[in-house]
Amino acid sequence: MRPEPRLIEIRKNVLKQNDLVARSLRERFRAAGVFVVSLVSSPGSGKTAFLERTLSVLRANYRVAALVGDLATENDALRLARSQAPVKQITTGTLCHLEAAMVQSALEEWDLNQLDFLFIENVGNLVCPSSYDLGEDLRLVLISVTEGEDKPLKYPTIFNSADVAIVTKIDLAATVEFSWETAYKNIQAVRPGMPVFQISAKTGEGMEKYLGSLETGLAKVHQAGAV
Amino acid sequence: MHELSIAMSIVELAEEEAERRCVQVNAVHLKLGALSGVAKEALLSCYEMACENTPLQGSRLVVEEVSVVIYCPSCRAQRPVSSVQLFCCSECGTSASEVVQGKELEVVALEIQECAPNPV
Repeated sequence: MRPEPRLIEIRKNVLKQNDLVARSLRERFRAAGVFVVSLVSSPGSGKTAFLERTLSVLRANYRVAALVGDLATENDALRLARSQAPVKQITTGTLCHLEAAMVQSALEEWDLNQLDFLFIENVGNLVCPSSYDLGEDLRLVLISVTEGEDKPLKYPTIFNSADVAIVTKIDLAATVEFSWETAYKNIQAVRPGMPVFQISAKTGEGMEKYLGSLETGLAKVHQAGAV
Repeated sequence: MHELSIAMSIVELAEEEAERRCVQVNAVHLKLGALSGVAKEALLSCYEMACENTPLQGSRLVVEEVSVVIYCPSCRAQRPVSSVQLFCCSECGTSASEVVQGKELEVVALEIQECAPNPV
C-alpha cells in the first residue's frame, strides 16, 4: 500500500542560481571600483545610439567598456566600436534576455581594474529582462518619444525593476506630438520618485545632465571603496 | 517569453529536492508575485513540457498568486497598492515605492509521496 501524499515546505527562490552569480559579479565590480550600468528597453528605442553617444563622451575622461546583448548579429557591437571603447557582443541565440552567467563569461578576458564604467545593453525586450539581476549598480529603462506615453503603464514590472528612466529621441517629440507631462506622470505612477532624463542621442541634448548623474554614481562607488 | 527556462529551473529544483529526500513529487507549490515578471498561464503550459522525461513527469504546478504590497509612509503600515499601474496606498492614496511583497518567484512546498512505505 502506498503511503498518503504529504506536503513538505521548502521555500527556494527559483532564480537563486542567477542571483548567486549576480551577487558575486557585484562583489567583483565593487572590488575593482567600476560603476556598472545596464540598459533595458523595447527594440528600436535607441539604446545603441544612446550608448554610442555615452561611450564617446565619457571616453574623454574615463575608461569605459560595453557588453551588448542580442539574439543574433554583431551589428550593435560594430556600431558601438566606432566609439573606440572596448565592446563585446553577447549573442543569446533564442534567449530573450541576458542572465548573470552570460555577463560573467563575457567578462572573462577583461581586467575590471582597468575600467571606470561598464555598460551592459540588454536584449531589446520590456518583459523578460526584469526578472534577472546582472549585478549592475544602476538599471536604466529607455522609452523613445515615438513609442507613446503609456509604455510605463503597459510594462509596469520593468519600470519597477529599474532605477532611472531615460526618454530618448526628444528631437522628434514635437513631430510625434509626444506629451512629456503625460509620460512623466505615467512613470511616476508605476515607480514613484524615479528620476527621469530627457535626451537626444542625435543632437546631444540632455546628455550632460544624465552623464553628470553617472559621474556622481562612480564617485560614490570610489568613496565606498575607500572606506 | 522566458517562462520555459523558468519552468525548467523549477523542475530542476524540485528534482534535486526529491532525490535528496528519496520521494516522488506529485505537485510543486509556487508563489508568484505580480511583479515577478513571469506570466502564470505561460508558466503553466511550459511546466508540462519542462517535466517531460524527468522524474517529475505527470506532476502538477500549483501557483499561488501574490499581490503587490507596499510600505505606506503616511499610514506607517504595509498596504496593498491601488494597482500595478498606480503605486499608491489603497487606503490613503499616498504614492509609495517601497515594495514589501509581490516580487516572489519561489517554490514554497512540494506535495510528495515516499518511495518506500513508512516504517510507522
